[in-house]
Amino acid sequence: MTIVKAPPAPVDRRHDEEPSQGWQFTSSHGLVLLLLLLVVGQGPIRRVLAAPVMQSWMTVFLAVVVQALPFLVLGVLLSAALAVFVPPSFFARALPKRPALAVPVAGMAGAVLPGCECASVPVAGALVRRGVTPAAALAFLLSAPAINPIVLTATAVAFPRNPEMVLARFAASLLVACAMGWMWQRLGRTDWLKPPVRASYEGRSKGAAFWGSVRHDVMHAGGFLVVGAMAAATLKAVAPASWLRTAAGNPVVAILALSVLAVLLSICSEADAFVAASLSQFSLTARLVFLVVGPMIDLKLFAMQAGTFGRSFALRFAPATFALAILVSVPAGAVLL
Amino acid sequence: MNRQAQAAVLFLVGGAMLHAGTTSLYLRYVKAGLQPLLLAAGAVLIVAALATVWYELRRPRPVRRLRDGGEPHDTVLGDPDGGPDDGRGDGHGDGHDHGHGEGPGSGHGHGHREPRISWLLVLPLFALILVAPPALGSYSALRAGTALQPPLASPALPSGDPVPLSLVDYAGRAAYGHGHSLGHRKVEITGFVALDHGGTPYLVRMALNCCAADAQPVKVGLSGKLPPVLQPDSWLQVTGTFSARRTKDPVNGGIIPFLDVIEAKPVPTPKDPYDESWNQ
Repeated sequence: MTIVKAPPAPVDRRHDEEPSQGWQFTSSHGLVLLLLLLVVGQGPIRRVLAAPVMQSWMTVFLAVVVQALPFLVLGVLLSAALAVFVPPSFFARALPKRPALAVPVAGMAGAVLPGCECASVPVAGALVRRGVTPAAALAFLLSAPAINPIVLTATAVAFPRNPEMVLARFAASLLVACAMGWMWQRLGRTDWLKPPVRASYEGRSKGAAFWGSVRHDVMHAGGFLVVGAMAAATLKAVAPASWLRTAAGNPVVAILALSVLAVLLSICSEADAFVAASLSQFSLTARLVFLVVGPMIDLKLFAMQAGTFGRSFALRFAPATFALAILVSVPAGAVLL
Repeated sequence: MNRQAQAAVLFLVGGAMLHAGTTSLYLRYVKAGLQPLLLAAGAVLIVAALATVWYELRRPRPVRRLRDGGEPHDTVLGDPDGGPDDGRGDGHGDGHDHGHGEGPGSGHGHGHREPRISWLLVLPLFALILVAPPALGSYSALRAGTALQPPLASPALPSGDPVPLSLVDYAGRAAYGHGHSLGHRKVEITGFVALDHGGTPYLVRMALNCCAADAQPVKVGLSGKLPPVLQPDSWLQVTGTFSARRTKDPVNGGIIPFLDVIEAKPVPTPKDPYDESWNQ
């Protein structure tokens, strides 16, 4: 409770900073109003939420958010540091000139550039703008969210009994990323790509740029994380266990169900391993598919890719990625798990 | 959501994380090992909120007018928030075609708008601070099958009468070792009560790997001298001896061993309601 009462201070303080162009209903007011309503109405709200289904839903929902948030914050800090303190030209210089070679190098580079998929789309857009061949930028776009150290650590933590899951995730994701890169180089057409129009952080102080990036990424990725947590909690608390058991019973249906689930849930790659671990009725291969598909293509990523690279690109790229991710991770799971 | 509101949300979420991490509240949702990460994340969020306020106060006003004119500057300020990210928030790819120059020009003079999805961050905040739901209980336990797995080893029981054992330890010894390692010793286990449709009482402990989303129940059936009234979700410390009786979990067919109860006394919910022995 103490924390709920604390906030008005910063909010109010900033109200004074509003430009004096008459009173307008801004989101700050909306937020204060919302919090007040919640505090005033907490009695009735609590009664509604007292049903066991709701309690269990909220517990799982909070569990996903609370355990994912530290990883999200860590990734956001690192990606902000990268965006602000590493000049983009560095990447162009570091990559081989031949596109066929640049693809695997960029794919591997994803392993050392931490961040979740929310961060990798803007970075890939920046790479294209800085003259990196699109094929390499796309390989980076797909590999970075799946194979970076934070995500792999989270995977190891979530699967303490199956360390081979980390290796399988790494191998399958890298393979899909490179294959998509090469495929783009072969079949892709530049007119599908919309040239992104964006500038960078130049001109802002480093601190402002850094914290601006942190704030922005936490707010965005956090919002999508909440969506993912709600979907996961609904699945866990409401969907009859028999559905999942039926789906999990048939190996083919299990793989298809979890790959579709990965797209629908749109969970941040820093958190998806924990959700996958909770889907314990499913085979490890099906869960590997979940972990490979999720960071590469889901609802929010599709929206982001369409925003950065154009819709005609996303409409071709997303289904291809989806299909290839399943086709690669099934044999990878069969061999490694 | 404008930057003021964002700073407030960041501050509140960070404060809620610190609150959960410094009390035992977080143990209802995640494993104990995440505490330092929770505290660090909470601190970072609060710093981010303060930094947002700080830079917002120092933001030179004239620049805003420049931004309307489409000067190079405007992209600078709007950058991390403009472009593709707007598209994501709208759920449409074309959100950013208009560029960020338009954001500042529209309305409050507060720069671009963050997508509405950011508002959802209020939900976990509300759930954690106002509701703080309890750890998973009998509802979840009865929906999932028992997650009992064969123990790797069953070392000799420690001394003591009764022997304090974890519920998962007892269940493993009773279900897989035919109770040989238990003998006729009295044991003491703690868990919460769950009653299945037929009214059979179970003592349950949820075991978790990482967070409550992956928690799975381990169930032990209760027979013998039971309290007259058993309230689901109430915590009991039960003393009893090995019983050869066993049953199959209707959900997944797993083995549910029984305990012959000698004495059962109500106890408060333990600080860590989950069994985390899987993590060791």
